[in-house]
Amino acid sequence: MTHWIVVPLVLPAVVAPLLILASRHNLAAQRVISIAAAAALLAVAVGLYGLAQDGTVRPYLVGAWPAPYGIVLILDRLSATMVLLFAVLALAIVVYATAGWDLRGRHFHPLFQFQVLGVNGAFLTGDVFNLFVFFEVMLIASYGLMLHGGGARRLKAGFRYVTVNLIGSTLFLFAVGTIYAVTGTLNMADLARKVAAVPAGDTALLGVGAVMLFLVFALKASVAPLHGWLPTAYAAAPGLSAALFMIMTKVGAYTILRVYTLIFGADAGALAGIVTPWMLPAALATLAVGAIGMLAARSLLGLACFAVVWSMGSLLVAFGLFDTGGIGAGLYYVLHSTLAGASLFLLVDMLVPQRGTAEDRLVPAPLAHPALLAGLFFATAVAMAGLPPLSGFLGKLMIMEASRGSTAAVWIWGMILATSLVAILAFARAGSVVFWKPARGAAPAGPAAAPHAASSTADAAVTPAIATPAPHAASSTADAAVTHAIATPAPHAASSTADAAVTPGMATPAPHAVSSTADAPELPAGVAPGEAAAKQGASAPVAPGQGTTGEGMPSQASSSHASYERPARARVPAPPRLQPLPVAVLTILLGATVALTALAGPVRREMGLTAAQTLDTGAYVRAVLGPAATAAAGRP
Amino acid sequence: MEVLVASGIGLLTAVGVYLVLRRQTFPVIIGTVFLSYAVNLFLFATGRLTINRPPIYASGAAGYADPLPQALVLTAIVISFGMTALVVVLALRGFLETGSDSVEGDPSAVAGEDATVTTDLARP
Repeated sequence: MTHWIVVPLVLPAVVAPLLILASRHNLAAQRVISIAAAAALLAVAVGLYGLAQDGTVRPYLVGAWPAPYGIVLILDRLSATMVLLFAVLALAIVVYATAGWDLRGRHFHPLFQFQVLGVNGAFLTGDVFNLFVFFEVMLIASYGLMLHGGGARRLKAGFRYVTVNLIGSTLFLFAVGTIYAVTGTLNMADLARKVAAVPAGDTALLGVGAVMLFLVFALKASVAPLHGWLPTAYAAAPGLSAALFMIMTKVGAYTILRVYTLIFGADAGALAGIVTPWMLPAALATLAVGAIGMLAARSLLGLACFAVVWSMGSLLVAFGLFDTGGIGAGLYYVLHSTLAGASLFLLVDMLVPQRGTAEDRLVPAPLAHPALLAGLFFATAVAMAGLPPLSGFLGKLMIMEASRGSTAAVWIWGMILATSLVAILAFARAGSVVFWKPARGAAPAGPAAAPHAASSTADAAVTPAIATPAPHAASSTADAAVTHAIATPAPHAASSTADAAVTPGMATPAPHAVSSTADAPELPAGVAPGEAAAKQGASAPVAPGQGTTGEGMPSQASSSHASYERPARARVPAPPRLQPLPVAVLTILLGATVALTALAGPVRREMGLTAAQTLDTGAYVRAVLGPAATAAAGRP
Repeated sequence: MEVLVASGIGLLTAVGVYLVLRRQTFPVIIGTVFLSYAVNLFLFATGRLTINRPPIYASGAAGYADPLPQALVLTAIVISFGMTALVVVLALRGFLETGSDSVEGDPSAVAGEDATVTTDLARP
């Protein structure tokens, strides 16, 4: 029994509190410790992967309690592969974060380490209830990472994400309880042994538990009817958190694979293959939903989110075959789609600040560094959509080849090919809008004449000024600056953090200056501010250049018809320089998919061996419970 | 007793599911609380219903209650408490920042704009 198996759990569990307690105020130290921990995790994962190569299943008995009673961790080819994949991803993300994301909120690095703990635990555990606990650890850390940086939109999306997962966790507990009530155990190996021997009267109840458990995993893996939470949550999450969450959908797929080959697999008696009839249709529906969503996406993040849903569909088609070929192909695709999906989110994260106020919406906008970003986008899109040079193509090819013997082969081939075409279309459309369309009309000089500067992050600055060429300045973070000025050459300035500055000033040359922390200063309005337009939810600051020119005319029209978008683009600060570190990380992730392509043969064989071992329930049970266990239950 | 416990769990679950499907955040939170109560009771019952039986070794005990579900419930309670606290804070912050307690949030917020609702105040 080697103690290295527990290191992927102990390392982040020690590092995370260390980061909080010892270096809370020292970001440089946090970065060093966090990167060192991620690098050490990668080294350990490589070591564990090498250890698992001999094909034996290694149980780690925590506290040396014998298997069905104590907590047990299991290292086999499958869990070693997943831990290695996650370690690569985690190191890439934490290096990417040091380029600035960890400055935008507190405790990024500790949360990240807790996420590592949860995901590694979910991969290594050999016990259904500990799977629940590690799921929770993973999810709680992911809530923190999803909300990292804050903002109203992120909070709303976060509430839904947390609630959906809370309901999922409740369902998980119901499923675990049902399974325990019938079998009297929650150890996976013990369950695999006992499920076949369940009395006939109880199989229906156990089946209910199995299906509920499948629903939970399907929710995590964003299988079609349960995928709704993913686009909202991932689109609102910070780019690097979304990239890290690529592994969380894979955790769902991994647990489906683990539980429904080991416990409810081929030799589970009456419950053998209980989810098999559901898996393929659900996976095909996921493919369709993902492709339609990609085509309908109006933003790059929406496109990326539905691309993830779509790639989960391909993956679950492969796993849904539940044979060596399908699972082997699916595992190759897991490696590819995790790296490609993470690259896509990181790319969008780099792209968004370069596009000014257009952010991630699919509209033409000027773009800094177009050549480099377009090249990276092209490579990422090729990888994600599964075009020939990169590993997505090989993965899809393997999946289709594996499905040839299946009765649903026509459906699988048809859906994969058709949705791949749709995905290529969607990526081509997005790429051409973002990179090819000339930035015409971009940086309009429109309101530049007036000294109004409503800059990029002003949420709603409605400034209907009547007959006044007053210099209004609703500066950067003003949430809503509604300044009604009637016949007043007063310089209104609603400055930086004013939440709602309502300043109806009439016939007064008094300069109203709503200073930085004023919440809602309301000056008395004697004369009715006639056509005061308060545009509900105005997203674009109204350019005063048009409202103020008409002599004595109400400025209603100008504020309610935003015939232009983002008028003050001239004053938008120059986009941040593209930092070399994120570009390097992204290039390395893309390079990994290239390496996957180059090494397709060996990796494929390796994954085939992993699949064969995954399907070998007997060896797993013998390794965990001892040689006598299988004989006692009368299983081969 | 079985009928009482089973129908109690069923009732709690039904109430929870109903509330979770509401549009405001507060009923949703209460709904998740009901659901977690239901699941905790359910986990207790998975060890079979026993009365006056110790879950640990005691000399002269006629029988034992299953200790494992109690350990499971303990874990589940701790997690669901923490999660409920988090979701309350999230709902509160969301309400304070957007002025709306709808689960959907402001439509423009979902569409990708940082929303503000303070314009209501400015309406004459």
